[in-house]
Amino acid sequence: MEEASPPLRCFRESHSSELFSDDGVQTVTSKEQQHYHYLKKGLRHLSDAYECLDASRPWLCYWILHSLELLEEPVPAAVASDVCQFLARCQSPTGGFGGGPGQHAHLAPTYAAVNALCILGTEEAYKVINREKLLDFLYSVKQPDGSFVMHVGGEVDVRSAYCAASVASLTNIITPTLFDGTHNWILSCQNWEGGLGGVPGLEAHGGYTFCGTAALVILGKEHMLDLKALLRWVTSKQMRFEGGFQGRCNKLVDGCYSFWQAGLLPLLHRALFKEGDSTLSESSWMFEREALQEYILLCCQNPGGGLLDKPGKSRDFYHTCYCLSGLSVAQHFGNKDLHNELILGRDENRLAPTHPVYNICPEKVAQAIEHFHQLPVPVQTGPTPSAMDQS
Amino acid sequence: TSNKTRYLSHSSLFLDRKEWADLEPVPQDDGPNPVVKIAYSEKFTDVFDMFRALLQNDEKSERAFALTTEAIDLNAANYTVWHYRRVLLQALDKDLREEMKYITAIIEDQPKNYQVWHHRRMVVEWLNDPSEELQFVAEILSQDAKNYHAWQHRQWVMQEYKLWDGELEYVEELLEEDVRNNSAWNQRHFVINHTSGYSDSSILDREVQYTLKQIKKAPHNESAWNYLNGILQDGGLSSFPGLLEQVTELQDTCSSPYLTAFLVDLYEDALETNSSSYDQQEMFNKALELCKFLAEEKDTIRREYWNYVSRSLQNTYGSGDPVSASSDPPPPPSSSQLPDMEPSDP
Repeated sequence: MEEASPPLRCFRESHSSELFSDDGVQTVTSKEQQHYHYLKKGLRHLSDAYECLDASRPWLCYWILHSLELLEEPVPAAVASDVCQFLARCQSPTGGFGGGPGQHAHLAPTYAAVNALCILGTEEAYKVINREKLLDFLYSVKQPDGSFVMHVGGEVDVRSAYCAASVASLTNIITPTLFDGTHNWILSCQNWEGGLGGVPGLEAHGGYTFCGTAALVILGKEHMLDLKALLRWVTSKQMRFEGGFQGRCNKLVDGCYSFWQAGLLPLLHRALFKEGDSTLSESSWMFEREALQEYILLCCQNPGGGLLDKPGKSRDFYHTCYCLSGLSVAQHFGNKDLHNELILGRDENRLAPTHPVYNICPEKVAQAIEHFHQLPVPVQTGPTPSAMDQS
Repeated sequence: TSNKTRYLSHSSLFLDRKEWADLEPVPQDDGPNPVVKIAYSEKFTDVFDMFRALLQNDEKSERAFALTTEAIDLNAANYTVWHYRRVLLQALDKDLREEMKYITAIIEDQPKNYQVWHHRRMVVEWLNDPSEELQFVAEILSQDAKNYHAWQHRQWVMQEYKLWDGELEYVEELLEEDVRNNSAWNQRHFVINHTSGYSDSSILDREVQYTLKQIKKAPHNESAWNYLNGILQDGGLSSFPGLLEQVTELQDTCSSPYLTAFLVDLYEDALETNSSSYDQQEMFNKALELCKFLAEEKDTIRREYWNYVSRSLQNTYGSGDPVSASSDPPPPPSSSQLPDMEPSDP
């Protein structure tokens, strides 16, 4: 077909004949070093631009600590102890963790605080968590229909079920009634598109789909989803041009969906395997791993450290965490026994593997579970589950 | 500052105002070696030190209410402040209509904030008055037609107060403006599901024809293809009369990987239902052919997925040798292939 207008100069064939060879001397920009400095600094100090996250400080701890563990950078013992003491101040006297000292408990910072403490993995870290009160808090936000509000007097959506299931399973506080009805509520979030919305009726969305699916895996009920429809939906969310993932159909790519969306593929692989599927790949998750790695490495890195949504956006710790988490998912297939690595670019790009349910390193999951399973499941002492608080 | 005489009433800091002189600000307890320490502005520290003091004393006053407004302005995501504001709204019997105006202004400014939308829902419930809601949400959607919180609020209002009239028309307007608005397609499904449902064949016919019409306008619009698939799942793609013919006809002018994928779905449904209307062998062969076409040429980003679909089809409907994912002899079956995931896994 004839071009309607002359081709752009930058697309001309002649470029290849003028390409320089690299003189055998590489200029190495060790981006890992940049990311490390960005993270190390943020763990201590943040500019006033972060005032908007003053109710999410445990999240900042988790995003930074998880990024450091993926980069296999150690956290000095003194810093680890300071994080423990800070998170202890974020814990509410009535159980759960708030976004900062003195703030009400909320499932999202609770999830983040427990994950951060499990990454630290010391006795001091585990001891911060008041398990009895945490159980009371979970019961206080449980709804009769199986869902959870995010905080007393707060909103319901599927994130809450994931946050509750995650912390309860890691700290071994699951009682026979805690998750009554929860799996059915989550299942009702799967819609005509095959993915899950935030609440029943809403558009399928990567973040909510991850939360719902991971929660069901924890509850052992993932087989009740229409797995084929979910698989079709999530694989369709990888962008054919950019290589990264979109959060919803017909929306733009965003680096954070590298984890929320791509992270579904390991969960689905396992779910299908458990169903007896013998046709699963033995070497790869069902998405284009190289394309995702290219998107993250080439488009989502800030040269000064930190990662981001897409070119032109600013870096932040949330995107740093989830771009790196997605890169890890794309690099590692299988588990410790059967492991297939696909590292795009230099070997130094290799990250530590991450657990696809909790998104902390698998060793830290195992260690936490081992620790808390030595303790008895607490008995619920607080008030029984209530309808949504009127204020 | 405890020694300083607090006489200034025009200072922007609460700390310096005489009307606040009785309240000792409570600094944040970050501990001796803080982490993720935010370099708050002087104003931010001032407001939240006072907020902590009010909270500690459980003060229920007009000045406390005014302070929550300042705190929200500095960080609208502080759910503890919003909760306190709700307590004050009730304790002081504040004018909820005025509050709605305030909420409207905050949402216009920060339409992606969870707390303010939840607050709006609470006040609407207290007033038991949804009369402004659909228009308000439409206004927010006119600025961002895919705002997730807006759609969530809209669906809640409609379900809670049974306000279904005119919504299908609204959805069609949105699709006229942007046929690729997936949120609008979702809303279409939501409305029909909660009103007529899709079991009525005249409704299903209407929807299929509407969707095919949109597909002809924009053949590479994934939303329309997903909707077509979504509404036909229950009845079965291969059971809908004339659909295979209609879609095949589109191939010349409206070819896209979505059309091809739809045919795979249709053939798969014919196989699954063992439909006598179709030649089973032909369905099988065509399905595999299209999977290969998608994996190798037209939808290569999903190569792994289409190859899996192909293997699954062969495994279920094929006649003969078991299919494996690699050309090597299959490893002995073991659960070691599973990603370690169960809480009880080592």
